[in-house]
Amino acid sequence: MSQATEAGQVAPARLPPTVDTGAIAWLRKNLFSSVGNSLTTIVLAGLLVWLAVWFIDWALLKATFQAESGQACVGTGGACWALINDKLRLIFFGSFPYEEQWRPLLAILAMIAMLVLSCDRRMWNWRLAIVWAIGSFVTFLLMFGQIHIPVTLIFVVALLAGAGGYLLRRATAPDMERIAWIVLMALGALYLVLRVAGVIRGAAIPVAPFEYVETGLWGGLPVTMILATYGLAAAFPYGILLALGRRSNLPLIRALCVGFIELIRGVPLISLLIMASFLLPLFLPPGVSFDKFLRAQVAVILFAGAYIAEVVRGGLQSLPKGQFEAADAMGLNYAQKTAFIVLPQALRVVIPPLINTFIGFFKDTTLVLVIGIFDFLNTANAALVDPKWAGFPGEVYLFAAFVYFCFCYSMSRYSKYLERELNKGTQR
Amino acid sequence: MAVRNLNSAPAVIELEQVNKWFGQFHVLTDINLLVKQSEKIVICGPSGSGKSTLIRCINRLEEHQAGTIAVRVDGQRIELTNDVKNIEAIRKEVGMVFQSFNLFPHLTILDNLTLAPIWVKKMPKKEAEAIAMSLLERVRIPEQALKYPGQLSGGQQQRVAIARALCMRPQIMLFDEPTSALDPEMVKEVLDVMIELANEGMTMLVVTHEMGFARSVADRVIFMDFGEIVEQAPPAEFFANPRNERTRLFLSQILHH
Ligand SMILES: Nc1ncnc2c1ncn2[C@@H]1O[C@H](COP(=O)(O)OP(=O)(O)OP(=O)(O)O)[C@@H](O)[C@H]1O
Ligand SMILES: [Mg+2]
Repeated sequence: MSQATEAGQVAPARLPPTVDTGAIAWLRKNLFSSVGNSLTTIVLAGLLVWLAVWFIDWALLKATFQAESGQACVGTGGACWALINDKLRLIFFGSFPYEEQWRPLLAILAMIAMLVLSCDRRMWNWRLAIVWAIGSFVTFLLMFGQIHIPVTLIFVVALLAGAGGYLLRRATAPDMERIAWIVLMALGALYLVLRVAGVIRGAAIPVAPFEYVETGLWGGLPVTMILATYGLAAAFPYGILLALGRRSNLPLIRALCVGFIELIRGVPLISLLIMASFLLPLFLPPGVSFDKFLRAQVAVILFAGAYIAEVVRGGLQSLPKGQFEAADAMGLNYAQKTAFIVLPQALRVVIPPLINTFIGFFKDTTLVLVIGIFDFLNTANAALVDPKWAGFPGEVYLFAAFVYFCFCYSMSRYSKYLERELNKGTQR
Repeated sequence: MAVRNLNSAPAVIELEQVNKWFGQFHVLTDINLLVKQSEKIVICGPSGSGKSTLIRCINRLEEHQAGTIAVRVDGQRIELTNDVKNIEAIRKEVGMVFQSFNLFPHLTILDNLTLAPIWVKKMPKKEAEAIAMSLLERVRIPEQALKYPGQLSGGQQQRVAIARALCMRPQIMLFDEPTSALDPEMVKEVLDVMIELANEGMTMLVVTHEMGFARSVADRVIFMDFGEIVEQAPPAEFFANPRNERTRLFLSQILHH
């Protein structure tokens, strides 16, 4: 290609060296670059193929999909999916009343819809609150069958929404909107004052379309999803507050946060669950009782909060001092500095470890078994008890593992997506 | 050098017998300084002499332990105490530009500028954006408004940082070595912006080793060493016949190398 250039002549533009980009070239470069490499490739590939063939043979070709009992699967040399088929509803919904099991199914779908919507960054504003309000209402209405909404709660929400809306929007909103927030806030406050003064009696709005199902009968996937979703949704802001408190200038707050984090991290989740279940009632005044499910939920929140706090603290520490100084110099107060400068940057940094913590907790919720709550893994376990199907635990656990994997892998992919999405444009 | 009559102007910053320690280390010793309205002061001195600490005390990025610091805000003398109200009032009036820019990397240039006006001054968003755009035009980078800081050159980032501080409409600007982190070819674009600002009558305290800037812009040059103000004089006098031995040594080091 290249020619000697004569004096005074401009060298002709040269093309870059040609690079083989085909599949063959890729194979040669990555899998067969040397004798050792080729040997490794062949052995590993052989092993993989053998495993795949064995698995397909076991899981599909020789498998039994329909059967009356485990008897039909004995001696086939294949998987007994008929067991899953037969016990599917028990595994997914536990002891939820059989005829009503369409309700937990819809509840699962409602939660999935809510979570998928929450993943979209464009939803991260007031829309998120609405999605979660509707999603949660639908989920719990389906699960309980009946919800009695205390009127007081509605006005508390009005007060909080009004105050929040006013604080956040007063700088930028038109007058009409500001007045609307203030009116909302005033209505909430007025009701609460009258309620506390005893002028108005407490009341509840009943929404009761279905038969009531108490939490003791809940089980399976909805339980796992509720414990994980609401556990993490509550633990996340709470963990952030703990992390901020740990870096506070006020010694008392700092000591409280450090003490709490260390205390919680120092005990196993199981012991916390047992404490919540058996010890807490002893300390409560007689007559006051908490639902067992709620107690487990609170224990999960407390536990997850401490871990999330430590992850978030890592992000806070990674921020250069200059960011705080610039915010201070501009006159931003603590809340503004934290909300607009510190947290957006700190959380971005800790997405991978944060999602890692989330995945861990999604699986850890299964420990609620120790206080007699049947989450997904435990209902799967229960499916094995039936003597009719004795002898096929592998299939059940494989199926349970597959379901867990779907959830965890989705979270893992989402973490990747989120990192890329948030770093768009900022190229640092 | 234009002759300005600064004597009749009111003092906007007063430092009286200011002392500060970092642990046992005495960083600032008996600092006395009066800054008049529209006055431009250049502070120079060897590394570690306390220049940054001095100007950072004025907006309470550092806390002084003895003496008084007061800033005039809206004709009222406000003393720096632990009262958060006072600190906030002073920070609204005092803009600061850092050596390392300290732009917020997760916000666009425009959002970097409008954040404080909207949240601290409660300015409507539209108005804040209009002001921000006019300031970006003044520092000659309006076309970068929607980019992120990481996509700009150092000189552009520092000009954004200046515009960001100006967006709060401060009476006083503090500069801590604004050109030290810049490549030589970008120093001028930042200095030009600062010179324009000086000509418009801004009160400025500038820590810098750009002696050309000191000569042409400053009303007064202050030399610090070991936490003390060793010498202060108008630039002509300061450079022509420095009185103190340490000043002479310092000038000879930075002027001929
Ligand atoms: N947060 C701190 N804690 C302890 N010592 C500090 C702290 N900040 C600064 N110092 C010390 O105080 C002295 C003065 O620091 P300062 O940053 O004010 O110097 P400077 O004159 O701005 O120097 P330079 O030209 O290097 O920026 C230095 O010796 C520095 O090591
Ligand atoms: Mg310095």
